[in-house]
Amino acid sequence: MGTFAHAGVHADRLLPPLTLRRWVKTIAVLIVVSFLGLLICLQYGTERIPFSRMLHLLAGSETLGSTGLSPGVILWDVRLPRLILAFLVGSSLATVGVALQALLRNPLADPYILGISSGAALGAALAVQFGVSWAFAGFSAVHLFAFVGAAVTIIGIYHIASADGRIPVQTLLLAGVIINAILSALILFITSLSDSTSAFRLFFWLMGSLATLGYAGLLALTAYVVLGILVLFGQARHLNLLSLGEEPAHGLGLEVEGVKRVIFFTSALLTGAVVAVSGLIGFVGMIVPHAVRMILGPDHRLLLPASALVGGTFLGIADTIARSLLAPSELPVGVITALCGGPFFIYLLITRRKSHMG
Amino acid sequence: MDIYYHLDQVSFRYSDQWVLRDFSLDVREGEILGIIGPNGSGKTSLLKLMAGLLQPQVGRLSLRGQDISTLGARALARQVAVVPQEHHVLFPFTVAEVVLMGRFVHQNGWGWESPEDLRIARAVLQVMDLEPLVDRTFQELSGGERQRTIIARALAQQAPILLLDEPTAFLDIKHQLEIYATLRRLNQDRGVTIVVVSHDLNLASQYCQRLLLLHEGRGFRTGSPAEVLTAENLGIVYGCEVLIDQHPEAGTPRITLPALVSVGGVFKNDTRTTLF
Repeated sequence: MGTFAHAGVHADRLLPPLTLRRWVKTIAVLIVVSFLGLLICLQYGTERIPFSRMLHLLAGSETLGSTGLSPGVILWDVRLPRLILAFLVGSSLATVGVALQALLRNPLADPYILGISSGAALGAALAVQFGVSWAFAGFSAVHLFAFVGAAVTIIGIYHIASADGRIPVQTLLLAGVIINAILSALILFITSLSDSTSAFRLFFWLMGSLATLGYAGLLALTAYVVLGILVLFGQARHLNLLSLGEEPAHGLGLEVEGVKRVIFFTSALLTGAVVAVSGLIGFVGMIVPHAVRMILGPDHRLLLPASALVGGTFLGIADTIARSLLAPSELPVGVITALCGGPFFIYLLITRRKSHMG
Repeated sequence: MDIYYHLDQVSFRYSDQWVLRDFSLDVREGEILGIIGPNGSGKTSLLKLMAGLLQPQVGRLSLRGQDISTLGARALARQVAVVPQEHHVLFPFTVAEVVLMGRFVHQNGWGWESPEDLRIARAVLQVMDLEPLVDRTFQELSGGERQRTIIARALAQQAPILLLDEPTAFLDIKHQLEIYATLRRLNQDRGVTIVVVSHDLNLASQYCQRLLLLHEGRGFRTGSPAEVLTAENLGIVYGCEVLIDQHPEAGTPRITLPALVSVGGVFKNDTRTTLF
């Protein structure tokens, strides 16, 4: 222990740990870096569009070509919506990952841990199997069936896990695992009945894909996702308290059961929508929260928005690599997220071993 | 003096085994009440009932006249601060962050700590001798440092009632003494009402004004340390022979274990209920 004179200065300097100033600075830096990173991503694809030309196209100072796949059309109708989708999906996965790791008191939790993803997958499998082809508000039948599947699963898991108005975290995890197992069996059953084309379509959907959603769908999804993420941001201090355990959190004045319900339903509804439009993209929801926590600390007021920005940018970059690496063919983006995220995480673990996973 | 806690014929069980039976107790404003008794006598359950973490199946438990089951967590936390027996902090929060969480009940919304929050956090960090550790993460601390951090967090809550479950477990004698001296100071200077579960009969004897001796889920004796801590009472409840004389300074009962253990039953080392 240090001397007292020193200690006094020490304490003054270190209280409060998170100031508004530090928050604004960190978030501002992350916004700038994210924006630049995504702008650079837009150049790449099957065909590279030089940066200066791209800026002209984006600024509208160069008219869009009217024929075929001009750079303008590629940029506006293919790359930009896809990049926005990647950002939304990545942000949601990372934010939900942060929330669930604290809620379930499990540092290895990710958005898929509650089994909602297999509900979405079952919905998608049914849509593919029965060849449902109508669309609504920019979303395909597969998207909508997947979302309904997720929503039904959420209600099911909640009812299984809740006992006299409480949702014990361990039961919630178990309910997720069991529902997951049952639904996976059903998915296998359906795919084994289907022909190889449908099976392949479903397989590709499950591997995770950010194939384009039109601007109408994108707009609806943006509103939905932003709302969900903001609700979770609002739970930041509650998540801090929940990290201490439910009984201590209650003792400190947190209405634990209500907060748990808000976090569960928001996380579940976000996961359902994200899985519906993008399938299963692994690693983002688990790795990004850890990496950000190791660097910026565990305070959820900073951790949540920072993870949302980092998660979105990370998935944007990963998807760009997935599209460009073997162009014109495309890799599943999950391959890239695992190959980039995994080693980076190992690097963080080794260099910051002291800062512990919790 | 007001009655803070009023327990009327309270019975509580976890599954089919009653932990507390027909238990009645009043906790008065401004007192230091020590709860003592052997392992499994219901001490921690009683404290958790008072903290609103458990609800009795039978009987009524009220806090300042209000049925405790009708109080929300926030209303309760404004009146009662709890120091639990075990603490796990999931993520690498620092000592300063953990202590500031004690201010939650006084804060609104998403915002940042007010100057008042920071002033109080600094003061309790100083009281608990934690200043050199502010930027250490909770996981890096020793058992005693963790205990002091959690007590500091409870003090930051500034509630008129403080419930502590084994606050001096894991602490060395200097910090044991400091914890009890701090509790006494809070009690005398600020009128904080304190209920403390303790396995350390001597500290309880020295610092508590009133003791409650629990035996198999019932109150065996309640009264001043001199009334409760007799060789006869302790012999019945703990099933073990003790020697009792007077504390050389305070004059309160002092309990010593005999040099040769001559009890018929099994001798239980009763200084700790759980290790981490």
